[in-house]
Amino acid sequence: MTDLLLEATTSHMETVYCMPQALSAQPTHYCPGCTHGVAHRLLAEALDELNMRERAILVAPVGCAVFAYQYFEIDGCEAPHGRAPAMATGLKRVQPDRIVITYQGDGDLASIGAGEILHAAARGEPITVIFINNAIYGMTGGQMAPTSLSGQRTTSSPFGRVGEPLRMSELLAVLPQTAYIVRRSLHNPAHIRKAKKAILTALKAQEAGLGFSMVELLSSCPTNWGLSPAEALEWIEKHMLPVFPVGDYKVAEAVKEL
Amino acid sequence: MSRELLKGNVAIAEAALRAGMYAYFGYPITPQTELLEHLARRMPELGRVFLQAESEVAAINMVYGAACAGVRTMTSSSSPGISLMQEGLSYIAASDLPCVVVDVMRGGPGLGNILPSQADYFQVTRSAGHGDYHPIVLAPASVQEAVDLTVLAFDLADQYRHLVILAADGLIGQMMEPAELPPMRDLPAERPAYALTGAKGRPPRRIASFYLQAEAEEAYNLQIQARLARIRQNEQRSAEYFTDDAQFLVVGYGTVGRIALSAVRQLRAAGVPVGLFRPITLYPFPEARLRALAERVAGILVVEMNAGQMLEDVRLAVLERAPVHFYGRMGGAVPMPEEIVGALRQLLPTEVLS
Repeated sequence: MTDLLLEATTSHMETVYCMPQALSAQPTHYCPGCTHGVAHRLLAEALDELNMRERAILVAPVGCAVFAYQYFEIDGCEAPHGRAPAMATGLKRVQPDRIVITYQGDGDLASIGAGEILHAAARGEPITVIFINNAIYGMTGGQMAPTSLSGQRTTSSPFGRVGEPLRMSELLAVLPQTAYIVRRSLHNPAHIRKAKKAILTALKAQEAGLGFSMVELLSSCPTNWGLSPAEALEWIEKHMLPVFPVGDYKVAEAVKEL
Repeated sequence: MSRELLKGNVAIAEAALRAGMYAYFGYPITPQTELLEHLARRMPELGRVFLQAESEVAAINMVYGAACAGVRTMTSSSSPGISLMQEGLSYIAASDLPCVVVDVMRGGPGLGNILPSQADYFQVTRSAGHGDYHPIVLAPASVQEAVDLTVLAFDLADQYRHLVILAADGLIGQMMEPAELPPMRDLPAERPAYALTGAKGRPPRRIASFYLQAEAEEAYNLQIQARLARIRQNEQRSAEYFTDDAQFLVVGYGTVGRIALSAVRQLRAAGVPVGLFRPITLYPFPEARLRALAERVAGILVVEMNAGQMLEDVRLAVLERAPVHFYGRMGGAVPMPEEIVGALRQLLPTEVLS
């Protein structure tokens, strides 16, 4: 009886929202209110829409997203801390027709892996980097990150951070062989929609062989910021956006034509 | 095929690509740089991948990526560079991926110097990175053997899905001598079943070394140990010279094995019954054969270009079957045959000498 009812109600309905094929049907370990889940979904949707799921390879980082290779229904591996761009280089160079993506946090990409990301970008390695910037080390329990804000209190900067955060998008955008480097934010639906569009463009740039692409996503860490999920989204807007302005830092001419 | 005059580093590079190496990632460091330079020209000629990485740390992780994609891949370096690769080596080993690493050893510790040394014995055999495992380690004593062992290294790596290190030293890398190169092999038409090639028409493949639960990590470790047991069972390799009637044994590998052979020949010419045992695999250490030889000699002299590292493996293999002595040079100093003869003469019992 129930099945019949369902059939009756769904027969004339259109699917407008469903689980992306590129996302694994399993619960994640992320904290409530963390925006990793949003970033995962955006990437998975983009892979589906571009029909890339069956030729994509994900390189997961060390950090909160260490299990990312399990959360996507695509081939995946896990790099040592910070080394994802080097691993991605190896994967991409031997199979240039595949779509190789690294997913990295701020400690992974901007601190221990600063050398690897800089040189992958400088070489114009045609990979796509999803860079999650939440201004803190999440997995180890809230220590200072290279992107922590000036004065930000963390478990390893209890009196407030001395110094200024590294702005990776600005830094990498000056390298001539980068194709597409943008910063977006995940703190509200309007920004999330723009983030999705940026991920689509980055993947298209890779497919077209135009060079290195990176989408930096400002993300929340309610657990280690000591805020509720809603407050954490406000914190992104109030405190992170002024320091890390969203915007297009590098869009190569060929990318504009995509 | 004919023999040609080849520099060790160049011979290893050429042998590697003929063995089917599709991707090479490296970083310049003396005394192995000619290897990288040779491949910088040859790999693009063949339409294969050559990349000079920004560091040894990046190079080994590029190898890690290429190994994930299922191609034959290699890097090369020298002692301080191998130290930098330890992290990547451990991850590769923990992902059951085949790859070949060439270590053209130089004097250390620290920056040391660029002269020949065997001071990396511990670094390469005792795990090469954190965690419980050993790479397979091959030690050539000539340019020809470096060529042959390079080919073997790729085959063993694939056979066991295991990390293989070719442990040469600056002398093997820099010296020129005639050697015959192997024929050019065809590249495999298909990638192996673990390769990350995109999940087209199949479930996704995942390569990682992360086990949160102790039981799962231990179960995986037991798999590595089972593989190492197979490797120890099947792959112990060594060469012997004048051991049939030897009453005293010299044990040396690589360059030292070759110098020790000159010493042994000198003593043999004087009628002294000494023999040479030269390990070719440093891991697995050829303990079974050495143990058998130890039963019938009056003593053993281990010679190394370090402070006594393989010495520990010799002692573990021999136990109390024969007294084990040591002669070593360090810091890039290479022992002369006469020094080894002198060390042996001091140790040999009078009845053996007379």
